[in-house]
Amino acid sequence: MTTAAPAVEAAGLTKTYPGGVRALDGMGVTVAAGTVFGLLGPNGAGKSTTVKILTTLARPDSGTALVAGHDALRHPDRVRRAIGVVAQKSGADPVATGRENLLLQGRLYGRRGPEVGRRADELLERFDLADAGRRLVRTYSGGMQRRLDVALGLMHRPQVLFLDEPTTGLDPEARTAMWEEIARLAGEEGLTIVLTTHYLEEADRLAERIAIVDRGRVVAEGTPDELKGELHGDAVHVELGDTPDEVDARLLATALGEFAAVREVAVDGRRLSARADDGPAAVPHVLAVLEQQGAAVASVTVARPSLDDVYLRYAGRRFADADSGTGASTGGGTGGPGGTDVEPAAPAAGRAGAR
Amino acid sequence: MSTETLYQTWYMTQRQLTAILRQPIFLVVTLVQPVIWLFLFGSLFRKVVELPGFGAGSYLDYLVPGVVVMSAVSSNMWAGMGTLEEIERGTLNRFLTTPVSRAALMNANVVQQGVSTAAQSVLIVLLGKLGGADYPGGVGGLLVLLVASVLLGTVFGAGSNAVGMLVRQRESIIGINTFLLLPLTFLSSAFMAPGLMPSWMRHVADGNPVNWALVAGRSAMSADPDWGDVLTRGGALLALAVVAVWLSTRTFRSYQQSV
Repeated sequence: MTTAAPAVEAAGLTKTYPGGVRALDGMGVTVAAGTVFGLLGPNGAGKSTTVKILTTLARPDSGTALVAGHDALRHPDRVRRAIGVVAQKSGADPVATGRENLLLQGRLYGRRGPEVGRRADELLERFDLADAGRRLVRTYSGGMQRRLDVALGLMHRPQVLFLDEPTTGLDPEARTAMWEEIARLAGEEGLTIVLTTHYLEEADRLAERIAIVDRGRVVAEGTPDELKGELHGDAVHVELGDTPDEVDARLLATALGEFAAVREVAVDGRRLSARADDGPAAVPHVLAVLEQQGAAVASVTVARPSLDDVYLRYAGRRFADADSGTGASTGGGTGGPGGTDVEPAAPAAGRAGAR
Repeated sequence: MSTETLYQTWYMTQRQLTAILRQPIFLVVTLVQPVIWLFLFGSLFRKVVELPGFGAGSYLDYLVPGVVVMSAVSSNMWAGMGTLEEIERGTLNRFLTTPVSRAALMNANVVQQGVSTAAQSVLIVLLGKLGGADYPGGVGGLLVLLVASVLLGTVFGAGSNAVGMLVRQRESIIGINTFLLLPLTFLSSAFMAPGLMPSWMRHVADGNPVNWALVAGRSAMSADPDWGDVLTRGGALLALAVVAVWLSTRTFRSYQQSV
């Protein structure tokens, strides 16, 4: 295993499905060996199609794909021996036991003899399935099945492990457990992990490098901090209290805009957001101006830019909007469609936009 | 075919057979249904042997190969449902990203279906014996019937898998099967002696693979087999089975275009 050569090197991938759906449009990624790489994007962005091509399941219309040093298009058999795949759908045989699933998987890779059984038991132990190993998979919980899926992908000790949405559909507890397991895997010598997810938090937490995928190509790439750093500055959010009617939102914005330290001021109903190079230092000034204008303040938060902000910047739309399939235009403005009194339901997803 | 492919075929077949044995409902349906047919048709048509020109001593003797062949068709034509389930569950995709050969995947289907068909056929033959059927052709004749029904089953199993892989809709398989089973069975000599069929039906039956299996089986099972009939019909079935399996393996490619 050479550490110098990238584990994955794909360029110019295009793929149009029968029916005219363009899934990939010039997709390209390079993943350094021994790292965790995240493909982040909403449903339908092209992440899964990319993984299917890299894992030799699907063929692109054009483009190149090298995985573990082998050409995925010309020598798919060589690639298959080098990779482990945990697809979105479980794929484990429900009428076989967990152990039988693992044994078969090992044998398909040409492993024979007692070594296969030992490896299976070792993985069952490691993924906390030792007690369930001789039970049929159809009796497993969602989290147990997902752990078995990962164990299946590791059975033959691959060089590159593909995890396609490993935590989708898991409850929070199982998700946290899976995150810990992936983090542990990442520490293993030489193992490269390519992870796709539409959870911003997951990519932020697990991946050393992230490619943001939108409409079949990479729109931004870097470490999570690099991507966030490009946004320059912290987000300052102010929740206004019972503001007297005479306080004009525009006036507030103009007054705040006179501070050089604060940019991109936006007021949406009672929510005011702005960007500042040094968020905490800007807060007293912002509060002073608001008090002058007679606006009551209910709460103030300062946040480092999130991947959601990054996504908005590069894909031109809010992540949640793109993910739920609503149009590209809704997230663009400062306000969004919400009325004056309507509070966004979920604070995490509904942070006021500041472009 | 490499030895690795043979190993893989064995492991995949083992998986499928184990799965069947673990689903008793499945066994019951495939085994009980022929018994019902044997009983129902045996009672309903008992008297047709008395028609001049039927040419058989007891209707049960005549019926056993008919039920064996009909059961081979009806149980194998649902094979595509299993393939669909494997696709939907992601199992097929998992296998396709391992080094397992496509031939081994398809072979396993064929072998598993062949073993199931053979077991089902043996059971029907034994039940017939229990009910008093006579097999003048002896073990050799029964073996020909067995092979013919397995080959016929392979044709329908591979065809069903291909439909499942290409169309990927349960409704299509259900529709095709419902449409085909009875016409194919009744446009053959399964339940009625060819001499008593309307002549147009007899001509259609000549081109019906279901009838090929019946002609080969019945001829070999008779006291005085016509081995020419056995070989031509058996050969045609074998050729058809090879083509069906080949086509079915080809559908992998088309499937991979669409994933």
